[in-house]
Amino acid sequence: MALLRYESQVRPALVEGDKEYHQVTEDICRPVEAKPGKLWWIGFLISVAVLAFGILSVTMEVIYGTGQWNLNKTVGWGWDITNFVWWIGIGHAGTLISAILLLFRQGWRTGVNRAAEAMTIFAVMCAGQFPIWHMGRVWVAFFTLPYPNTRGPLWVNFNSPLLWDIFAISTYFTVSVLFWYTGLLPDLATLRDRAKRKWRKMFYGVAAFGWTGSTKHWQRHEALALVLAGLSTPLVLSVHTIVSFDFATSVVPGWHTTIFPPYFVAGAIFSGFAMVQTLLVVTRKVLGLEEYITIEHIDVMNKIIVLTGSIVGIAYLTELFMAWYSYAPYEWFAFRQNRINLFSPYGWAYWIMMFCNVVSPQVFWIRKMRRNLMITFFMSILINIGMWFERFVIIVTSVYRDYLPSAWSTYYRPTIWEVGFYMGTFGLFFTCFFLFAKFFPVIALAEIKHILKRSGGNYKKKMDEIEHERTEEFAEQHGHDHGA
Amino acid sequence: MAIKKFITGNFTDEAVLFPAVKKVRRAGYKIHEVFTPFPIHGLDKAMGLRDTSLHTAGFIYGITGTATAVGFITWALTIDWQLNFGGKPFFSLPAWIPITFELTVLFASVGMVLTFCYLCQMAPFVKKDHFNLRSTDDLFVIALECTDKTNESEVMIFLQSIGAKEVQVQYKETGWWLGRYDKDRKRFEKKTETVH
Repeated sequence: MALLRYESQVRPALVEGDKEYHQVTEDICRPVEAKPGKLWWIGFLISVAVLAFGILSVTMEVIYGTGQWNLNKTVGWGWDITNFVWWIGIGHAGTLISAILLLFRQGWRTGVNRAAEAMTIFAVMCAGQFPIWHMGRVWVAFFTLPYPNTRGPLWVNFNSPLLWDIFAISTYFTVSVLFWYTGLLPDLATLRDRAKRKWRKMFYGVAAFGWTGSTKHWQRHEALALVLAGLSTPLVLSVHTIVSFDFATSVVPGWHTTIFPPYFVAGAIFSGFAMVQTLLVVTRKVLGLEEYITIEHIDVMNKIIVLTGSIVGIAYLTELFMAWYSYAPYEWFAFRQNRINLFSPYGWAYWIMMFCNVVSPQVFWIRKMRRNLMITFFMSILINIGMWFERFVIIVTSVYRDYLPSAWSTYYRPTIWEVGFYMGTFGLFFTCFFLFAKFFPVIALAEIKHILKRSGGNYKKKMDEIEHERTEEFAEQHGHDHGA
Repeated sequence: MAIKKFITGNFTDEAVLFPAVKKVRRAGYKIHEVFTPFPIHGLDKAMGLRDTSLHTAGFIYGITGTATAVGFITWALTIDWQLNFGGKPFFSLPAWIPITFELTVLFASVGMVLTFCYLCQMAPFVKKDHFNLRSTDDLFVIALECTDKTNESEVMIFLQSIGAKEVQVQYKETGWWLGRYDKDRKRFEKKTETVH
């Protein structure tokens, strides 16, 4: 067969079961076309309720000001910016899967990229809330944009990492949405063409932009996807680099570190993959997509988790070593007294971070653990807790003991509205995710079809027949003859 | 745009479709379009389509973004309103790299997506005629345009001989119009107006 491209049997099938193109369409469209189940409604309503509490918390903050939060003289960022960095980090996994793995031609990305990209968009939406509401007077939030104004015009400070952040995150959000939506167009067209009911025809008809699937469309679509992936790859690295500059360009002990950009990027991918696991372990079960998001996918992502987790671990140790080795007394004090000292006020936070991010992911060196769904789910939650504490440790323990011991007495703990705001972003995130899982195909249909004849279970079997010879036998006989 | 007459052949396997496209071209028939549920690499070459210049457009948008960022920041911070940030030079290019990069990416992405939509004639509420609704599911459809000289039965037999499972004659609008997919009214159906 001309187009039946051979793929090594060493690579496991990415689509399990006996699938043809039409069956793929049926399987992936079913959750979208069926009525939402009881579980969906329960999950959705809980999310909306949590979101409502978040809105209340933000309203309190807007009415009474940031004084509603327990921020104090030295801890000026507290939970708010911790949550911001945490959410923005989570977003990174989606772009990594959709863009970087596209450039690396990783076939397994097709099963998980759509959901991961959606997760990116929702995570960035949540992240964006924190700096905006932190401004206190949000009605002048547009002051952060460079526009001709009546104050001179006095321009924003283009040399400031905080302004770089505004550009980085708004660009990241825009590009992620564009990448995600252009990828969705062919699948929305599939839903449109399958639609029986009037509102579905209209909704998906409008949403699919008149996609026909002609060769010209596909040719441009492929070119667009490739260039957007090429643009998103440095973009995603730049976003967390710039977030780390918020800290690294300051002269605060514990923040003033050149290792921050790669350390933050690795941490972002680490926490992002953990969130992808949290979502997909549940989604594949609830929507019955186990044949598309297979144990193989979970396994591969767990490998990335153990890799990035170890990079993060090395970064922690390097940072610690440099604090001691540099012989900078303030730096070393911040690490020795405020972090690694378990009996210091926030020592517990540092060790939670160390345990969740560095020690616990090491179980994924064991294949059996990587392929265990319960362990994967549990670990993904643990890693997300750990990564939250990483940001908390950086943001709070570096500043809560100022240079003057008279400023040491205040122990920062959040108010109910700070916690409520954080909870509210979970509400926002899951509300969006539930709506996405209901109205959009959570797996990229066209991309699965594209790899089906190479990586589909039944086709891989046929390849074996074509070959007449088992791969293992071939490898045994010819593995070391160097083409002789 | 106008209504034209087409002969369509439906294929169920891209491994059959691919050589069929080549055979159609070798036989001298003009392919209007091939509709596939997913991208088939090399099909554009087989059909004789030229490469898309979307990349070039993206590059131009990108350098526009670079130039905009560098030009604007330079003007704002060195000419329009000089601000002394910690005694650093007004023209501090290294500190502008992040924003320059972000604007490059932003301009290139937004520009390319808009260009893509323009070239493909895609937008919300744009409607086009379908040759087969299953071409976004599992069918591969070749559409050949008929002229006055076309011998229909000959073309249909030819399509079947190269592997088409189904062959049809269809009258379709070739362009796009504004419409909704839940309503069947066509662009070319003119409303009759009564004059009193």
